Amino acid sequence: MHEASVTESLLNLALDKAKEAKANKITRINLVFGELSGIVAECVQFYFDVISKDTLAEGAALNFEMKPAVIRCNKCKKEFKPVDQDWTCPDCREMSIDIVSGRECYMESIEVE
Amino acid sequence: MSVKVITVGEQILGKNEEKAKENKKLLDKNGILTVNIMSSPGAGKTSLIMNSIKQLGKKVRIAVIEGDVASSVDADKINAAGIPVVQINTGGGCHLDAFMVADALDNLPLEKTDLLFIENVGNLICPNNYVLGEDVRMMIASMPEGDDKPLKYPAMFADSDVVVINKTDLQPHLDFNEDAFRKAVTGLNADVTIFPISCKTGAGVDAWLEWLEDKVKSKKGK
Repeated sequence: MHEASVTESLLNLALDKAKEAKANKITRINLVFGELSGIVAECVQFYFDVISKDTLAEGAALNFEMKPAVIRCNKCKKEFKPVDQDWTCPDCREMSIDIVSGRECYMESIEVE
Repeated sequence: MSVKVITVGEQILGKNEEKAKENKKLLDKNGILTVNIMSSPGAGKTSLIMNSIKQLGKKVRIAVIEGDVASSVDADKINAAGIPVVQINTGGGCHLDAFMVADALDNLPLEKTDLLFIENVGNLICPNNYVLGEDVRMMIASMPEGDDKPLKYPAMFADSDVVVINKTDLQPHLDFNEDAFRKAVTGLNADVTIFPISCKTGAGVDAWLEWLEDKVKSKKGK
């Protein structure tokens, strides 16, 4: 559901950048989302196809790079990927962590003509 | 025609973050402590606001922004208590953003406000991704939801300054393990302050309000 507003934001950001570059058409938008960002790529694609109509970005390919969640144990500093929402450190069994990555929600680049 | 790559490297929600900074500046200028209240639907956001108004309302000038998908049921309750309130209906949207809050701020008596509650849309997925200009991010988790919620929605809990455990009056009927809940929350967020309360019986509400009043005072003093 929240993908609607994220898609609107990313479309506006891409259009701003394309206009700055005086481009005629956006052919590709490269996006990075983390596993913990709550963003479903298919949803973004669906909204994008609807709202990019009649803009410079109509027909642009969306490229999603999905980053896995990586967390770090505060005690032994081991970095690990949580399995089945188990945030316990597989090494020292401590459950005190920092989220290192997995919350990304940014635009890396756009490709224009 | 040749293809050109333009490096962007920007947060998709960057515009929201900029707007939130503007909101924060305006709120700071007026010395208003702002609390962004997030939870699943029915965890007790409005009840906690009503409780806080009842006990703090005579000492502290409170205003409220009510975010809801539809209806003005909550805002009507707050309005009936004589508190300035602006209702935001997101029309299906699942979170508030800084632009909606900016519009609401235009319609509140900021110079006559010490404390602003922003009641976010009930949802545990995304409201935390949209900063609004708040000082305090607060999560309410109610006991009937279960003690595993911090593990299922880690980002919401990792970003909170305060976590309220509501509906403690129901504990005898539930399997909610408060120790396990606390361990999960503090494991994600070592700096969090946790208040177990019951909006129904009033148990624990005083400790939360004491904490809040202190924050209001230190914000005014700045």
